[in-house]
Amino acid sequence: MGEFAAASSPPARDGGPVRQDRPVAEAERITKRYGETVALDRAHIAITPGETHALVGRNGAGKSTLVSILTGLQAPDEGEVRFAGAPAPRLADRDAWRRRVACVYQKSTIIPGLTVAENLYLNRHDRNRLGLVGWSNLWRKAAELLEEWSVDVDVRRPAGDLGVEQRQFVEIARALSFGARFIILDEPTAQLDGAAIARLFERMRAMREQGVTFLFISHHLQEVYEICDRVTVFRDARHIVTAPVADLPQGDLVAAMTGEAAGLRERRVRPAIGADVPVVLEARGLTGAGAYHEVDLRVREGEIVGLAGLEGSGKTELAETVVGLRAPAAGVVEVAGRPLKPGSVPDGLAAGVGFVPRDRHHQGLVPLMSIADNATLTVPERLGAAGFLSDRRRDALAGEMIDNLAIKTPGPALPVSGLSGGNQQKVVMARALANDPRLLVLITPTAGVDVRSKEFLLGKVEEVAGQRTAVVIASDELDDLRSCDRVLVMFHGRVVAELAAGWHDHEMVAAMEGVELDA
Amino acid sequence: MPETTAVPAGTGRPPDPPAPDGTGAGRRRPAIRLARLRDYALVPAIVVIAIVGQIVNPIFLQSDNLINILQTMSEISLLVLAQTLVLVAGRMDLSLESTFGLAPGVAAWLTVAAGAGHGLGLLPGGWAIPVTLAVGVLAGAVNALFIVRFGLNGFIVTLGMLIVLRGLLTGISGGKTFFNLPPSMTYLGSTVWLGVPASIWICLLLFAGGIVVLGYTRFGRSLYAIGGNVDAAKAAGIRTDRVLWITLIAAGTLAALGGLLLSGRLASVAAGQGDGAIFTVFAAAVIGGVSLNGGKGTVFGAFTGILLLYMIQNVLTLAGVPAQWIEALNGGIILTALAISRLTGGRTQD
Repeated sequence: MGEFAAASSPPARDGGPVRQDRPVAEAERITKRYGETVALDRAHIAITPGETHALVGRNGAGKSTLVSILTGLQAPDEGEVRFAGAPAPRLADRDAWRRRVACVYQKSTIIPGLTVAENLYLNRHDRNRLGLVGWSNLWRKAAELLEEWSVDVDVRRPAGDLGVEQRQFVEIARALSFGARFIILDEPTAQLDGAAIARLFERMRAMREQGVTFLFISHHLQEVYEICDRVTVFRDARHIVTAPVADLPQGDLVAAMTGEAAGLRERRVRPAIGADVPVVLEARGLTGAGAYHEVDLRVREGEIVGLAGLEGSGKTELAETVVGLRAPAAGVVEVAGRPLKPGSVPDGLAAGVGFVPRDRHHQGLVPLMSIADNATLTVPERLGAAGFLSDRRRDALAGEMIDNLAIKTPGPALPVSGLSGGNQQKVVMARALANDPRLLVLITPTAGVDVRSKEFLLGKVEEVAGQRTAVVIASDELDDLRSCDRVLVMFHGRVVAELAAGWHDHEMVAAMEGVELDA
Repeated sequence: MPETTAVPAGTGRPPDPPAPDGTGAGRRRPAIRLARLRDYALVPAIVVIAIVGQIVNPIFLQSDNLINILQTMSEISLLVLAQTLVLVAGRMDLSLESTFGLAPGVAAWLTVAAGAGHGLGLLPGGWAIPVTLAVGVLAGAVNALFIVRFGLNGFIVTLGMLIVLRGLLTGISGGKTFFNLPPSMTYLGSTVWLGVPASIWICLLLFAGGIVVLGYTRFGRSLYAIGGNVDAAKAAGIRTDRVLWITLIAAGTLAALGGLLLSGRLASVAAGQGDGAIFTVFAAAVIGGVSLNGGKGTVFGAFTGILLLYMIQNVLTLAGVPAQWIEALNGGIILTALAISRLTGGRTQD
């Protein structure tokens, strides 16, 4: 790798926009194996200066491995990484890597107990004459840094107080402060609501004007079309295509990702739900402390009702109240005519409520426990008598679920932490379905899963509804809401609109944002 | 206390962000946060106890009594300081209380003349202090070897070490107490500098040093980073393993020094020296705002924690509470203090 060093020009100076034709970062013929598994197979990518480049692919396509190689966390088995034409630094030279490339990972690398300023200058604190940390200097520098990149955050706040959005901005600013002008964003929008995503994109555009190049990784294809100039598709550890987004219609992009010319799934026309169908969920006058007010909700057998809304609209809190994770301040929830004990999940389960929680990492799964244990967590009574559990029965039940939800695993004994995101979510879904629920409540059921798993999960929801289960989906993801018979849109804790199936995207987005459409 | 210069504002809540025009970040002066006030949370309690003490018995605020309180707590407070370093880095060290006894015990064993009790008399008395500190370093290094090098769980490793080190002290002393310590061992614990016992000076200096190290050095800040999020600390280029080694060894050394001060004051090393002290140490640190999950807490807070516990104990004694009841009351006070700190801290104790 060293031979090219002498011939190539020095990398661009920090600061001004990079204006040269060499790719700001490029990876060539990269192969990486983990034991038997080939994570990357002669893959390549080249990012030109000043562009915003999308990297898409299903879970397991090799995106994460490519990111770790591009950021110098791992060495490729074969192939070469170059920055602005010059070979990549040694792996041990972290500072050199940080000057060339920075990555904002999905998992936050912020230390919650320390202030924002200290997070920005961790382990490179300014020191005064006595060799001690000069706090006022540090705060001033941090504030200047954030101001330079228009990040409006108080640098003396503990970083743990920041929301996801602000934390990302702080991480981006920190990356820029090392001198890197090439930034990898690994699914930055996964935990953001619509308005925050819009602000993130605005910020990205502004930074692009200032000469920052982005590699943008996302599962949301519409975001790729919105913010990116070019897109690279990986599938099964290989590079499939790189093209300007304008030349690649959504159908072709999905085809490149899935390897099928499937295009987006046609929605079946769902049978209408008559007024004579029995009501399963009846919520009256539900009010939750500060989150939502006076909400009425009625869901009939076989009906899929969406709860749309941005972060803070109260949709998540409302859904969590229905399943008993929260107690309402006022109002009642009835399932099949029986009032539920407020704030009691066991009572909800007994009444036949299945639940897919908001965040599978926090509330959904116990990562070190097996698929079988996780999937049957809510139904111990079906695994044996008198509080004892039968492994045989558990594995048999889990085996059924694995088949039913097409979970890709060598067997029910595998810890769920070994599964891909999509398959983990299927385990959560399997558990929600384990007690054959009368009412199924799902909160952002397809967050952070690949396109195929998403299709599968949503298909499953329709299938379950076809068996006369009432379904509530709380989400701000348009694809999740598309299969709903009707969607209640929440804004600042109140239901502001009800849209019947067949709504247009712009209607839905406008309603969630609380905007009136003129035309 | 890096944040002491923050401008106070009544509410303690972060101010609402100004309009997002991007100009506010640099100018805005932040208010003191509740989280920051947490470091001083015990100061009012200490004042209250002082007033109560004075009402109970006018001796309380006399300098003799105050010096008495400080001296009684000076030895164990070094354990609190050591534990605070370890806790902030996200680990815990139960074995400190055994090091507290074993380190001076080994020194006494090697230096006390043969014939008088269990001493071997192998080394001249001047070696006592170096030997004590060396035992502390060694105990810390063994902990670090298991925890950092072999990646074992710190709780179980130091629990094992607690038992082993305690057993070693019982073994070398035959379960008896070492007397006739060499003068070098008794000097620090019994001498008086400028009218105040040396152990108080040492304790205060070390705490001041701890405040500076944790608040104002990269090393100290890296402890918070490691305790808060070890992956992020690594990503920031912190040599986490090395920092943990140093921390555990420093903790062992501080424990040994604390033991030396106590042995000096009592002019003896009992086989049970330090036995059970670790519970008080944890209680003081946690009451003082140090998180058991790492990354949170300050040396100053830990100091107020141990000070409060000893002041209360002193008040109880002055109030004539029978000695047999002090223990039970002490436990009750610790639980009450934890409950109060949970209420004032606002969050679940962690």
